[in-house]
Amino acid sequence: MKIVVTVKLVPDTNAEKRIDPGTQRLIRTGVETVLNPYDEYALEAALALKEKLADGSTVTVLAMAPEATKETLRKALAMGADDAVFLTDAALAGTDTLGTADVLAHALKNIGFDLVICGGLSDDGSTGGVPGALAEFLAVPGITNARSLEIIDGRVHAQRETDNGYQVVSAALPVMLSVTMAVGEPRYASLKGIMGAKKKPIAPMALANIGAPGSAGAAGAKISLLSTAPPPVRGKAKVVEATDGLSGAQAVLDFLKERKLV
Amino acid sequence: MITARVASPDALDFLNLDALFSEEERLIRETVRRFVRSRVLPDIAQWFEDGILPRELGRELGALGLLGMHLHGYGCPGASATAYGIACLELEAGDAGVRSFASVQGSLAMYAIYRWGSEEQKQRFLPGMAQGETIGCFGLTEPDFGSNPAGMRTHARRDGDDFILNGTKMWITNGSIADVAIVWAQTDSGIAGFLVERGMPGFTATDIHKKISLRASITSELHFNDVRLPASAQLPGANGLSGPLACLTEARFGIIWGAMGAARACFESALDYSKTRVQFGKPIGGFQLTQEKLANMLLELQKGSLLALHLGRMKDESRLHPAHVSFGKLNNVREALAICREARTILGANGVTLEYPVIRHMNNLESVLTYEGTSEVHTLVLGAALTGIDAFTG
Ligand SMILES: Cc1cc2nc3c(=O)[nH]c(=O)nc-3n(C[C@H](O)[C@H](O)[C@H](O)COP(=O)(O)OP(=O)(O)OC[C@H]3O[C@@H](n4cnc5c(N)ncnc54)[C@H](O)[C@@H]3O)c2cc1C
Ligand SMILES: Cc1cc2nc3c(=O)[nH]c(=O)nc-3n(C[C@H](O)[C@H](O)[C@H](O)COP(=O)(O)OP(=O)(O)OC[C@H]3O[C@@H](n4cnc5c(N)ncnc54)[C@H](O)[C@@H]3O)c2cc1C
Repeated sequence: MKIVVTVKLVPDTNAEKRIDPGTQRLIRTGVETVLNPYDEYALEAALALKEKLADGSTVTVLAMAPEATKETLRKALAMGADDAVFLTDAALAGTDTLGTADVLAHALKNIGFDLVICGGLSDDGSTGGVPGALAEFLAVPGITNARSLEIIDGRVHAQRETDNGYQVVSAALPVMLSVTMAVGEPRYASLKGIMGAKKKPIAPMALANIGAPGSAGAAGAKISLLSTAPPPVRGKAKVVEATDGLSGAQAVLDFLKERKLV
Repeated sequence: MITARVASPDALDFLNLDALFSEEERLIRETVRRFVRSRVLPDIAQWFEDGILPRELGRELGALGLLGMHLHGYGCPGASATAYGIACLELEAGDAGVRSFASVQGSLAMYAIYRWGSEEQKQRFLPGMAQGETIGCFGLTEPDFGSNPAGMRTHARRDGDDFILNGTKMWITNGSIADVAIVWAQTDSGIAGFLVERGMPGFTATDIHKKISLRASITSELHFNDVRLPASAQLPGANGLSGPLACLTEARFGIIWGAMGAARACFESALDYSKTRVQFGKPIGGFQLTQEKLANMLLELQKGSLLALHLGRMKDESRLHPAHVSFGKLNNVREALAICREARTILGANGVTLEYPVIRHMNNLESVLTYEGTSEVHTLVLGAALTGIDAFTG
């Protein structure tokens, strides 16, 4: 079966983030681009599934991002994905969440899939809106927040995380599924994987290849970003100096009692 | 032209050397760094204290492809020299004992077989060694011959088609856990290399205890008492002292990088400490004396890292001379040691405990300064290269 993992390429999650005041977009120059950490979990779930099925199933990664970030996809190939599709087009700049889901859906229909696996949230945009919208645009069942999955007789069986436990759900393929970080720690790329990734294909894709959906780009965006502001500076923390655990705990307890928090 | 505001330098990558690495090199670094963070750092202080390195770690290094990583074929990944250097740096940022394991396995033992071995020897040993299933060691130093290995007494005497090996090797990393020892010995036709396997009658190894440096690494004495070796145990390509020396040049190259890993770990630890430790009402990092220490550490750390990268690129272009390697080892180990000692002062009393990595790295570097050619020997190599006059003897 064909598994496609959607992977967002995001600025280094540890780097200081700066917004261009003119365009209100993130300044990406000088900042390393990485795989959206959440999507590494999605990829791990896909690779684990492929290994378990051991039936010639393949894992393709799909990213929609600016041209300059393309090589970041090597990591996904090094971790074990078979190939990658890199969707880029100058006309995509400024695409909103709905537009992203629509464009990705067009791309996925073009690539073909049995199972699409998404991360739950991007590290930069953080709307969490793409997976649900994607299922809608693909007109396939959408299973969100899966913490485990397996394939039984052409159906996905998944455990969905909820606030008070988990649900077991099942749907016939093709399916769109998003994962939580409970699916398992992403693997390291081994040296052999990294060396082998050089030879794996990253297929380019442009809007023209997928019927140029009108939702793409700033022109197609339904949401306008009005302004951005850094988070408020946190107040000074109170540091408790303690000689041992007991007196430290007592000091913390006093602090909480003082504020009627316990 | 728009002049964008240049982002302030990152304390841990001040000159943005990251930008000089390829995507592949960055991935390799990330893999090794993650491995060190999850597998080495949580336990290394205890391993150091107990004087052990878990055997299992060898297999894990092998599974990642870090053993013999710059060799081609025979189950080895065939990475670049620079990538190998990056891995050494990250491993030694964990501990020099772990880096030494990889150096001895990949650059000394495997490289000796790769460079000087027969096709049959390569097929037989290299794949298992790359996986960390088979462990190798490299026996050159003897009790009475360290810097001057040419005088070695271990010898292999012809007996029909066989050789009879006698002698003692000293300070051999991984000696007692090795499945195969690469042993250098005198023969009728000069110094030759032999593959001596664990369990061969007359071959024993005993560990050297009470080391205060490189404790998370096994160091042994090898004894050969009439060990009968078939002719097929000899490395056919090695002829004279250039045999082992070629291997040492490989391993020393990794040390140029590794030393900067130890230095980086100490710099990070000291920087962090200087910002949180308060004396006289302010963080000690706010005192000019501390800032001078940090600034000097930063200079040498970044310069040494640039040097390592430069030498790595030269090696990848086959332009690296052994004297270049001496240049790198002499400078980077010396400066790494100075950085670690400076870091230790910033940590005050905490700096002498294993709760922090600093004194562990500092002590490890004393071994690194001595093995693979002492700093004095590398100084003499440079002296000879500059003047054309050999000052090793007389
Ligand atoms: C030229 C160009 C410039 C862009 N510039 C920006 C920018 O400056 N800032 C920005 O945030 N986005 C940018 N994008 C990407 C796009 O606009 C966002 O991905 C979109 O807004 C998704 O919203 P989100 O980040 O909240 O996703 P979420 O809904 O939080 O993401 C959930 C999951 O959806 C999937 N997903 C989301 N986005 C993508 C994607 N692009 N490719 C593959 N899978 C994805 C991932 O699996 C992710 O884990 C750019 C794209 C292109 C082609
Ligand atoms: C932890 C550890 C692991 C090791 N692992 C291995 C291993 O796996 N395999 C292996 O073969 N060896 C190994 N060694 C041995 C190491 O390579 C030797 O210790 C090193 O070559 C120095 O030899 P030596 O200790 O006999 O010192 P010596 O050669 O006796 O030197 C003592 C001092 O005299 C100086 N000196 C010597 N000659 C001169 C000269 N001509 N001019 C000026 N000064 C001189 C030296 O620089 C040094 O300062 C290891 C050593 C250590 C500490």
